[in-house]
Amino acid sequence: MSSQIKPGYARPLDLKQGRVELAHGGGGRAMVQLVAELFARHLGNDLLAQGNDGAVLPEPGGRLVVATDSHVVSPLFFPGGDIGCLAVHGTVNDVAVMGGEPRYIAAGFILEEGFPLADLARIVASMAAAARRAGVKLVAGDTKVVERGKGDGVFITTTGVGVLPPGLALSGDCARPGDVVFLSGPIGEHGMAILSVRENLGFDAPILSDTAPLNGLTAAMLASGAHLRLMRDPTRGGLAATLNEIAQQSGVGIHIDETAIPIRPAVAAGCELLGLDPLNLANEGRLVAVCAPEDADRLLAAMRTHPLGAEAALIGEVVADKQRFVQMRTRFGGRRMVDWLAGEQLPRIC
Amino acid sequence: MKYVDEFRDGALAQGLARAIAQAVKPGRVYRFMEFCGGHTHAIARYGVPDLLPANVHLIHGPGCPVCVLPIGRIDQAIRLALAEKVILCTYADTLRVPASGGMTLLRARARGADVRMVYAVSDALAIARANPTREVVFFAIGFETTTPPTAVAIRTAAAEGLANFSVLCCHVLTPPAILSILDAPAVRGLGGVRLDGFIGPAHVSTVIGSRPYEYFAEEYRKPVVIAGFEPLDVMQAILMLVRQVNAGRAEVENEFTRAVTRDGNTKAQALVAEVFELRKTFEWRGLGTVPYSALKIRAAYAQFDAEQRFALSYTPVADNKACECGAILRGVRRPTDCKLFGTVCTPDTPMGSCMVSSEGACAAHYTYGRHQDITVVA
Ligand code: SF4
Repeated sequence: MSSQIKPGYARPLDLKQGRVELAHGGGGRAMVQLVAELFARHLGNDLLAQGNDGAVLPEPGGRLVVATDSHVVSPLFFPGGDIGCLAVHGTVNDVAVMGGEPRYIAAGFILEEGFPLADLARIVASMAAAARRAGVKLVAGDTKVVERGKGDGVFITTTGVGVLPPGLALSGDCARPGDVVFLSGPIGEHGMAILSVRENLGFDAPILSDTAPLNGLTAAMLASGAHLRLMRDPTRGGLAATLNEIAQQSGVGIHIDETAIPIRPAVAAGCELLGLDPLNLANEGRLVAVCAPEDADRLLAAMRTHPLGAEAALIGEVVADKQRFVQMRTRFGGRRMVDWLAGEQLPRIC
Repeated sequence: MKYVDEFRDGALAQGLARAIAQAVKPGRVYRFMEFCGGHTHAIARYGVPDLLPANVHLIHGPGCPVCVLPIGRIDQAIRLALAEKVILCTYADTLRVPASGGMTLLRARARGADVRMVYAVSDALAIARANPTREVVFFAIGFETTTPPTAVAIRTAAAEGLANFSVLCCHVLTPPAILSILDAPAVRGLGGVRLDGFIGPAHVSTVIGSRPYEYFAEEYRKPVVIAGFEPLDVMQAILMLVRQVNAGRAEVENEFTRAVTRDGNTKAQALVAEVFELRKTFEWRGLGTVPYSALKIRAAYAQFDAEQRFALSYTPVADNKACECGAILRGVRRPTDCKLFGTVCTPDTPMGSCMVSSEGACAAHYTYGRHQDITVVA
């Protein structure tokens, strides 16, 4: 009897019908195979190819900024994106709004036993596309598998590393009375995209998540030379939470004008239907910027030259206020507070 | 969206604001109660008080379904979820209402109770169909607008033979609550709030019509203007109320003619009457026990009545002593009169029900109106 054993052969992953098994997180051959045939195939690069316990990165040439973010969004695939690109954009944007130039990301995956490998491949391919678009490399990764019923498909944690230009110091405590407040585009699209799927809202044209990498936009803003005080991306908790964070940190008040805040009619209509305030809805591709008043025009012009800032608008100003209140002149002509949201409006939005 | 924007037009609002300012008599104070939580929310959210003359006061009424739920009812729901291990389906706002012993439905969930948030009673029916081996209870709250869908659900469950579905019925009625406020000594002028008229509920009135308010106008000489939920509706209603008061009239007027008729939706009324009957008495938070002010499920549908199915008894529980929700719901106090407002009690850590729902007077004022309490030194 001649031996049929082919040394070193393993049947390739079945990316059509296959499912995540506990062994894929077990540290054995199955895991190595998953990493090689799925993760490395899409996300591979020279730094990941080092194949060691940690990646050795080249001398960065500046101060580093690091951000980390876990992603548990449900559903995993939503109009305009999926958990894969969201996980890349999440940390890229956190680094970008600090003024950093994002370079590397590391990703940890928690997979649920039984999750279709085809879906995982779609998610990883989407991460790879997002990383290319943002110009970052995945340099380290980890995979764990939990038993069926103990997770919900896929959770992804990413950590981003970027390099700060010399001398730049953006920070949430830098807003000063008299400063102006900008918003890069229409609000609430990520939140409403997720909600419309969950609640089966069935809009004529689906509302797409705004998930996008902001580093191109932030680079254009920094290049304008405008005196930026700070930038923030209004994700969970929406514009309302971000403005309140800034007011708290800087010890100021903020006055905004409802009519100046860009919002798509479909998002406004969805909010109306569900009784939600668009100011509380999550965004994944928008930023808020505070800048010195004399540079307002210059900054707005720079924002509008970038596709992600085409609808950028000046939405308000920073005022002295010991109470640190955010207030809004309503479309209706009255004035009201804009507060943090109490409790949890939408669990698992990102 | 055109439809919505048209009712929030800033220029129209300014026009109405001028008309109101011209109509009010300088020496007189006008006190109007907006009964409904939907109005309370709209008034706060759009900053309507900013547009009114100083002598027009809006007083929040008890028309917030979550606010008027007494602790004893939340306790019942928690008991069903924890002790009877049912799947308890409810609207998001009720999850955070404080119950006895520092519990809420949300905390019950953290302790293992199967509490699910639904947007509509039909979601609860779907959960019952999907879980035939579990008891599924819908915690039904709300005024006359939410009652017809609950009636439909109970009829559907009966038709389908959905044996694992039942309803903890806490539906309440608007007219008896208004009556209770009008009869409360404080409102009748004995050292409390004087009311000059009511802004009548929008959606509730589409169901019950405008006729039930005629009694208040005639017997109590209080003008009622039924208004839609848009801020312009509210402004228009205020103008109409001011004119009635000035002319010494007390009539039921309908600002919301685009949706409300005198008799309301008789089909919905018939449906409700088929499934529900009046409770002799019902405890409200703030108003105490109010006769014939709530609904219970008729005997013919008894198997869908969670109170009977699980032999639930009702134990009244007193509110936190420092909480002024009761007086606020009667219009006698304002949120800022409460010592706990904004300190111990905030929307994140509500002590009373008025701080929970966005329609609650305390939550609305905290979230949208707090800046008015402070003289801002810029
Ligand atoms: S502030 Fe809180 S404790 Fe005070 S009345 Fe309102 S809900 Fe009750």
